[in-house]
Amino acid sequence: MSERKQFFPRLVVDAGGNRWDWALLPMILALFVLLAYGGQQMARPYQLGETLPLSLDPTNLPYYLLRTTMRMFIALGASLLFSCAFALLTTKYRAAEKVLVPILDILQSIPILGFLSITVTAFIALFPGNLLGVECAAIFAIFTSQAWNMAFSAYQGFRTVPAELKEAASVFRLSSWQRFWRLELPFAMPGLLWNMMMSMSGGWFFVVASEAISVSNQNIKLPGIGSYIALAIEQRDLLAIAWAIGAMLIGVILYDQLFFRPLLAWADKFRFEESGSETAQDSWLLAWLRRTERMQGIAVALGGLLERSFGTFRQRYDGTSIRARPQTISGMPERIWDAVIAAVVFYALWTLVHFIHAEVGWSEVGRVFVLGCYTMLRVIVLIFLAALIWIPIGVRIGMNPRLASRAQATIQFLAAFPANLMFPVAVLVIVRFGLNPDIWLSPLMILGTQWYLLFNVIAGASTVPTELRYAAQNLRLTGLLKWRRYLLPAIFPSFVTGAITASGGSWNASIVAEYVTWGDTTVKAHGIGSYIAEMTAIGDFPRIALGICVMCVFVMGFNHFVWRRLYRMAEDRLHF
Amino acid sequence: MTTPILELKSVGKSFRSADGSARSVLENVDFTLNEGEIVALLGQSGSGKSTMLRIMAGLLSADSGEVLYHGLPVYGPADGISMVFQSFALFPWLTVQKNVELGLEAKGMASVERARRAEAAIDMIGLSGFDGALPRELSGGMRQRVGIARALVMEPEVLLMDEAFSALDVLTGERLREDILELWQTRKIPTKAILVVSHNIEEAVMMADRVLIFASDPGRVRNELPVTLSRPREVESSAVRGLIDNVYGMMTTGTVRPARVTAKEVKLQLGDRLPEADIARLEGILELLADEPFRGRADLPKLAEETELTDQELLSVSSALTLLGFAVLDHGDIIITPLGEQYVHTGNAERQAMFGRQLLENVPLVAYIRHGLLQDPSGDLHEDLFLRLLRFTLNEADAKSALRVAIEWGRYGELFEYNFNTGVINMPESDTTGVA
Repeated sequence: MSERKQFFPRLVVDAGGNRWDWALLPMILALFVLLAYGGQQMARPYQLGETLPLSLDPTNLPYYLLRTTMRMFIALGASLLFSCAFALLTTKYRAAEKVLVPILDILQSIPILGFLSITVTAFIALFPGNLLGVECAAIFAIFTSQAWNMAFSAYQGFRTVPAELKEAASVFRLSSWQRFWRLELPFAMPGLLWNMMMSMSGGWFFVVASEAISVSNQNIKLPGIGSYIALAIEQRDLLAIAWAIGAMLIGVILYDQLFFRPLLAWADKFRFEESGSETAQDSWLLAWLRRTERMQGIAVALGGLLERSFGTFRQRYDGTSIRARPQTISGMPERIWDAVIAAVVFYALWTLVHFIHAEVGWSEVGRVFVLGCYTMLRVIVLIFLAALIWIPIGVRIGMNPRLASRAQATIQFLAAFPANLMFPVAVLVIVRFGLNPDIWLSPLMILGTQWYLLFNVIAGASTVPTELRYAAQNLRLTGLLKWRRYLLPAIFPSFVTGAITASGGSWNASIVAEYVTWGDTTVKAHGIGSYIAEMTAIGDFPRIALGICVMCVFVMGFNHFVWRRLYRMAEDRLHF
Repeated sequence: MTTPILELKSVGKSFRSADGSARSVLENVDFTLNEGEIVALLGQSGSGKSTMLRIMAGLLSADSGEVLYHGLPVYGPADGISMVFQSFALFPWLTVQKNVELGLEAKGMASVERARRAEAAIDMIGLSGFDGALPRELSGGMRQRVGIARALVMEPEVLLMDEAFSALDVLTGERLREDILELWQTRKIPTKAILVVSHNIEEAVMMADRVLIFASDPGRVRNELPVTLSRPREVESSAVRGLIDNVYGMMTTGTVRPARVTAKEVKLQLGDRLPEADIARLEGILELLADEPFRGRADLPKLAEETELTDQELLSVSSALTLLGFAVLDHGDIIITPLGEQYVHTGNAERQAMFGRQLLENVPLVAYIRHGLLQDPSGDLHEDLFLRLLRFTLNEADAKSALRVAIEWGRYGELFEYNFNTGVINMPESDTTGVA
């Protein structure tokens, strides 16, 4: 008996798993079914010119939600791969770092809409007669709104791996592959995860723009929440907007609970600071997964596979081998590389000047710069107003630990919620009361990004040392003096961190927020955002390019001259 | 009889400083690590002893000379050489067991065998039951035990220890040291030689068969002291105390300024590093020295015990005191000068004036700053000017530290003021006449 038993696969004999496994099973099966269905729909045959069925019937919303979420997760996965590749390349090769980091810096400040019209055609040509091409274009558009900050965070993480850990990795002769999995990726993980969450929210913000694609005078609306909203706006259906908001809300809650929460809780072990003041995240799903037997078994098996790969890709020689002998370093290749970069930059600049001169004219450039100034003014005023509102509230919440932990979850959620769904309401109000769009459209820019400000202020206030708090009470600091000498300096560093994110987001949001459509009513404010949006609507490529370039200059200048300095000042002097 | 395992032959190493000029850290270092011995490297911070250790570990490559492991050149980390780090360098996301297995995993060992060896190493170092713990759950001493287990599981022929006990409290450090010595003594580990980098003199004397004393700028071996006492050694025994005294003597002669070595004393140069000693500590030691049990003359090890300062700290303070002319060093003893006596017995205001006068006379950097301020019509100068000057001779961290010490001392001596926010050094308000 027992001899025969051995030949059975383990699964048949011991159909084990505990009750936690069994309870999880339906969920996993449902997930697989949904993924298969969604995937099948994505790769349908499709001819250019065909209109895809789309209706405002709310019963379709779950399906649209599935499609949109799938696109966003595929884009997120692509962004993750991209980030790791980027970080590996830039930290291993100085030549790559010199080129790729500035490029990414520029890409980061380029608004996503700019990419879309250029890339759609290429993607459609890639998969002729199939919807996959259009899907890819949409996914790529979402990717461009998610990848850059993640890549930067990974790069920062890889670069700041502590020297002693690097030395330990060398002494114990970890191969590059093992080093990546055991040292670099885990170290970069917390920052990367946080940026993934931010990217996901950022993705929602542009979901309308990425799903409703116009190419060669055709409007393709891919089934999804974004298209649903676009259609609702076209047909001025406020109820449908409300449905869409509801669906999105559910979507955000679902992936927060089923994906990010467990991931955050799991990634808690990657926190490097040994005395983290942050309270650990907890997740019911992770607790559940950790109780399962079969699922744990699968995870362990995967881990084992990874470990085995370390053996396969190990470094087979040690420091006494001739192969470890360092090559004589000459500065020549590096200098040639520098020269090549310089030449390319000069050529690009020359092309740009030539292009502007020939295609748009210098007066247009001046005009766009003036528009940029309007938008800059808006950003500054809005950050100031947001600070005025959120600092007192944030400090009050942050000083109360119990309130703070509860508030943080709520605010993270609010940050993930796409503010552009509120735009139609704004249009209605502006049109109804005949308000000045130059002023009243502005708040929309900061609607989605103000949460970062609040979030950081709370975090800053909750790390004020207790003794300092007692000292302030003891000295009976009150009123203006209390704010000037105690509270404001105490939260300044975290305020700056939040403001950098908020301002960056606001610049990007200006494209959507300064040019808002509701049916055939369009309300626009003067600014560089509305300029880019308008030119995109017309399809004037040279002017789109010009608008994007100028915005780039503004954003990078703003970062360099304002935020980076404030940040350095905060780092140097105002910390505990 | 002695078989060399690891040899350094006239090894030199220099680093590029911020302005691109090369700064020599090691020069012409010859060293042999033989089978069956424990060698301790002692020296003040910045003397290049850590650099030397890293060259032997294959983490840095030497600019000149060669490193030989069993007679073969070493270009990178070699099998058979393992290292224990000052701040443990554990991977915080891996459990104790996974941390210990790290090097075996890199070798491609099968997981069963790996687990068996890790288990054995963990048991040997006294961590049984903690296999599944994350490093952050452990105390400092336990963490370093993991670090040691991780190194020992590789069954290294040579074990390098980079100030392995200095991040631990005294008691924990001693326990761990004894445990390692026991493993060594009873041959429970296959390790054939241990090199310990330390700035704790007692630790070096207790562990080593040979103590090498490093001199700084550029780093080189200045003295070598064989320790022939049998193990286990007693800290309180007169032989050990004598040796510690001896090492103190060796370390203090020819530090910043040798005391009474030659009639013409070696003056401090403008671009030299300054001992990191704050004023409260300087005055504290000086007062202690003038007072009852010592009456003006103290044995450095005794003083270290009395003040509970580390060797590093005490050596900094004593070299600062000799530098300022308040004390002199003589064969491991510190002796107060008449000026020092006078200093102790005056009030605060006069003290500061005296301090200022001594600074101008003895510390070229302070005198130079003061000189610059007097000549400058606006009476203020930016610290970067001096930092740039110091970078010619010192590395970034040392330059910053020297300027910080100069500024702190100068402020106390009321020679100049300094604004932290702007980084500007300026003349004191009350001192517009500019009497130097």
